[in-house]
Amino acid sequence: MKFQSRFIKGIIKGSHISIGYIPIGISFGLIAKALDIPNEVVILMSLIVYAGASQFMAVSLMSTGIGMVEIVLTTFIVNLRHLLMSASLSQKVHKNADEKLLPIIAFGITDETFAYISMADQEELSDAWILGINIVAYLSWVGSTVVGLYLSASLPDIIQSSMGISLYAMFIALLVPNIKGKSVLLKITGISIISSSILYFIPVISKNISSGWRVIITILISSAIGAFFYEEEVNAIE
Amino acid sequence: MLLNNLIYIVIGMAIVTYIPRLIPFVFINDLKENSFTKRFMKLIPYTALSALIFPGIITATNSTLSAMIGGIVAIVLSYLELNVVIVIISSIMSIIIFQLVI
Repeated sequence: MKFQSRFIKGIIKGSHISIGYIPIGISFGLIAKALDIPNEVVILMSLIVYAGASQFMAVSLMSTGIGMVEIVLTTFIVNLRHLLMSASLSQKVHKNADEKLLPIIAFGITDETFAYISMADQEELSDAWILGINIVAYLSWVGSTVVGLYLSASLPDIIQSSMGISLYAMFIALLVPNIKGKSVLLKITGISIISSSILYFIPVISKNISSGWRVIITILISSAIGAFFYEEEVNAIE
Repeated sequence: MLLNNLIYIVIGMAIVTYIPRLIPFVFINDLKENSFTKRFMKLIPYTALSALIFPGIITATNSTLSAMIGGIVAIVLSYLELNVVIVIISSIMSIIIFQLVI
């Protein structure tokens, strides 16, 4: 099949992802605006970072004036999971892809594009097809961010103040269905919340660390505890 | 925060986000199945989201009580596996209604 027709097939598949991305991209623009982050910073973030959860986190940390190092380091840790996704995809893709396109394909790896690409059969899989998916997902994310920024100008105060909950609701909506009925993940979530609460509620500790470091320390400690004590259960997670 | 500082943060974020996406494609080499590192990596999405949700959520709105209401609405609806967008909008709506009633 020709490059163009594979590319177009990818675009059609990618449009499914954009249905999910557009409302979240709009929410991102709205929240960033409500937190008084300048428009050019918000748009640049969607253009060159392109990683939903970490962008929500970054704008909320920026609005509290947290240090640069913490924001970048937290972003790194939150997005480190892409290393594994890219690793598993690279095994499937490298046989069917032009080497020069791999750096562009890599930029477009998100949870959602990963889900689609990793489920594809070998026949469907090609560099053109992946680029089609990635480009639609990317453009809908960037475009909807801009729309969200533009919309927020006319929102009443009561709605803007209530929107502070949005990113937390999004994190909950991403987390809860994935840990539901899985006892080991429930335990590890519990360990994370306990760790994060200790760091927040014990004054001697919370006085000395920012919320950025609290997140990093919690991730390191609770992931290590889970990996060490729940060997078999965690190995079995897909 | 100064605009320039924010731009530097975004550029830093872009670099540290792109590197993990790119490296496996440059050095195609899988982590060992069932290794400590692999388990550690698998758990990061869960531990990171948990740490981001709590206790930050209690200061997300005007009052701890309204934030807790929004949080509970989000937990219940996402447990029922409703769409992310519906969960977010319902959580916001529950806080708006709470603020109007109080």
